[in-house]
Amino acid sequence: MNMVVSKPSESLNIVIVGHVDHGKSTLLGRLYADTGSLPDGKLEKVQAICRQQGKEFEYAFLFDAFLEEQEQGITIDTARTFFIWKGRQYIIIDAPGHKEFLKNMISGAARAEAAILLIDALEGVKEQSKKHGYLLSLLGVRQFAVVVNKMDLIGYRQDVFDGIEKEYREFLGQFKAAPTHFIPVSAKLGDNIANRSEAMSWYTGPTVLDTLSLFKKEAARSEQPLRLPVQDVYKFDARRIITGRITAGRVKVGDHLVFSPSNKRANVKSVEAFNIEPQPMMGEAGQSIGVTLDEQIFVERGEIASHQEQLPSVSTAFRANVFWLGKRALEKGRKYLLRVATKEVDCEVAAIHRIIDTMDLAQQQGSNTVAKNQVAELTVRTKMPLAFDLSSSFEATGRFVLVDEYDIAGGGIITELVRDEQEFLREEARRRDFAWVKGEVGIEDRAKQYGHRAAVVLFTGGRHTGKSFLARKLEGRLVADGRHAYLLDGENLRRGLDADLSEEERGQTAEMARRYGEVARVLIDTGLIVVSTTNPFGLAYRDAVQPIRTLVHPAPVIAVHMCKTDEELPPNTDVVLNGPMDVDLAVKQVMDELKRRGVLAEAIGSKPTFQYSI
Amino acid sequence: MKHLRQLEDQSVYILREAYKHFDNLGMLWSMGKDSTVLLWLARKAFFGHVPFPLLHVDTSYKIPAMIEYRDRLAREWGLDLVVGQNKEALAAGMNHTLGRVVCCTALKTNGLKQLLEHKGYTGVILGVRADEEGTRAKERYFSPRDKHGDWDFRDQPPELWDQYKTTFPPGTHIRIHPLLDWTEINIWEYIKLENIPFIDLYLDKGDGTRYRSLGCAPCTTPIKSTAKSVDDIIEELRHTTVAERSGRAQDEGRGMEMLRKDGYM
Repeated sequence: MNMVVSKPSESLNIVIVGHVDHGKSTLLGRLYADTGSLPDGKLEKVQAICRQQGKEFEYAFLFDAFLEEQEQGITIDTARTFFIWKGRQYIIIDAPGHKEFLKNMISGAARAEAAILLIDALEGVKEQSKKHGYLLSLLGVRQFAVVVNKMDLIGYRQDVFDGIEKEYREFLGQFKAAPTHFIPVSAKLGDNIANRSEAMSWYTGPTVLDTLSLFKKEAARSEQPLRLPVQDVYKFDARRIITGRITAGRVKVGDHLVFSPSNKRANVKSVEAFNIEPQPMMGEAGQSIGVTLDEQIFVERGEIASHQEQLPSVSTAFRANVFWLGKRALEKGRKYLLRVATKEVDCEVAAIHRIIDTMDLAQQQGSNTVAKNQVAELTVRTKMPLAFDLSSSFEATGRFVLVDEYDIAGGGIITELVRDEQEFLREEARRRDFAWVKGEVGIEDRAKQYGHRAAVVLFTGGRHTGKSFLARKLEGRLVADGRHAYLLDGENLRRGLDADLSEEERGQTAEMARRYGEVARVLIDTGLIVVSTTNPFGLAYRDAVQPIRTLVHPAPVIAVHMCKTDEELPPNTDVVLNGPMDVDLAVKQVMDELKRRGVLAEAIGSKPTFQYSI
Repeated sequence: MKHLRQLEDQSVYILREAYKHFDNLGMLWSMGKDSTVLLWLARKAFFGHVPFPLLHVDTSYKIPAMIEYRDRLAREWGLDLVVGQNKEALAAGMNHTLGRVVCCTALKTNGLKQLLEHKGYTGVILGVRADEEGTRAKERYFSPRDKHGDWDFRDQPPELWDQYKTTFPPGTHIRIHPLLDWTEINIWEYIKLENIPFIDLYLDKGDGTRYRSLGCAPCTTPIKSTAKSVDDIIEELRHTTVAERSGRAQDEGRGMEMLRKDGYM
């Protein structure tokens, strides 16, 4: 066959998956050989090595590069191979089928836009055939063809082929996956790979090679609402450039952007690019871009920029389907690092609803762990609110990985938002922030002028632990150092702002915390470091901390817990002061935390390190 | 052209991830077409700046024109160039006649390891491509090496969507490969699209030969070719079935697998 050489206009990533020994590498080798796509001498070289070693030549040897792979006759890791056919450049990823290497198969499939799934006609539908089919769906690979291989071994019988098609279609149908085609082939003999099989005249569908051309380039995500996860903020020169890869939609110069979950807003002033003339005016899904804004707002990696009409969800919990690859089982209650797009946040698995057996899709409930290579339905709870989408609406911002210690140990797709108790306050904060009337001076201008960021230092703890005393000392020390700090005492709100409330109403922590949080929010906007205690909430202080955080978000809250004995700490405590207190030391500890968090500069007079210095 | 922009977007994303996650980062630059495209992509990613040093492991056997080209671009683009060399091995007379794998290991693998160790780099960005040879086809974008620089290809970390392995126990270092998905043709198409200055050893200057892949002078041979421009090269590559690295002696036998397992690029 002559090589068809044409200029590629687009490229497509395809993965080949299926049970071990069902012939994936052989199919790939055959596809290259029959289309004349192998380099000169490659086929002969491998054939010569086989003769020398006294073993039968196999097409699989063309791509199983490692000595160990050839000796054991299995693929250990995915290989990228390149192939040009009919004006399209393909990267074909050969994924291992052995269950021990499932994480490698998943790495291969996660990069793919389409898949070919192989089933051995003699062995039929096996464990990994099902698992791979299920995982393709979970990984978001929606277009795929099923290739029934080794038809030569069953005498090219149509009834066997039909039986496999029926059985496998039924399995896939349970999670609404539908292959584009079922193709009967013999990879070894080249039937229906690049050339039509004479032995199977009963089959009139496309060959494997035809199928590649039939796969469509992923539908443009550019038509969706904008999602631009912030990857980094650069200040190499006079420009302060916010960078990221647009995962959906378009962004144009002049667009009003909202960053979630901080609710910060600004307009796009320019789209920056190197060696592109004229300077671009917009960017769209798939592009790694940089934008400058008309206002100097602090935005951080992990926030998602969108338009105000179509915001992502914000919560501290969601439900998800997860596959686990970790050497150590996933455990309910254990802490993991969650990564959604560019956001990293600590999380824990709040519930394991069920384990899904990919063989028969049976569900097993009541487990507290998810073992390696299992798939499960979970609820994940994060330490901080994060922005995300449902994977049914937005692919890239609707999926995540879990990191266990140093390793990516699992991945999943978000299926449902779980509403947390902060939902109403968060909505109040969002509406308030969107409508907030700004003066000429922004919070960032104040921070530059004052030499520190606005923040809340909140002393928590039971009665008579010294909260008020230390808060006063801290305020004094900050002001003596030239900082703009203010002690917000709850008592002062009770007599004034809360004077309209009855005694009973004043006992309701939720409303008191809301009022308190909104006052703190105003003070934050003045650029102050607000020093305060949970004294007005008495013993119910634990219920007040989270609402305050929600209302002052995204200003940093430094939580200092004071106690006389060891006790359970409120969530997200930053500094613990336990037992008899050395005032100077305690103040220093809090000051150090303020520096660590980038609120204060390391030395008086110098600029804080965060963001200014980028 | 659209496929080149897609490759560019992916590589830029990877470069920005690398820069975000690693403080002591360096980029290997051999002055060849691939690492020069990589350097250009860094200028794309960081808007004309290259915010990390460029490392060149000098075996002393490079073709002199490559060194001139290196110093010129370093000057013009304001690059922070760091040159490393295994002086001990060279003083002891290391050269390719002692065995190609032996020589590559001493001057390149060990030269690189010494440079990384000396400067304390925890991450190094390389321009290897998956279509060059078999073991590179199995690489990750973010590929960890242990403290001896060894590559454990049996147990590579998963890479899911755009999530890469960016956290490591102390002592590990990481190789970052933003060009894995590029083919040789893509490299030349991109050089043309962006008008990137490249070294003219890749062109036929009248004697009917050119270099297709550049390495050390004794171990790299030119190919027969009359390609006198980038367009000619692209046209030639569309019709060739000769492997790119057929002029590179180190690839013979299992040379590359052995070299790469021990930390070769």
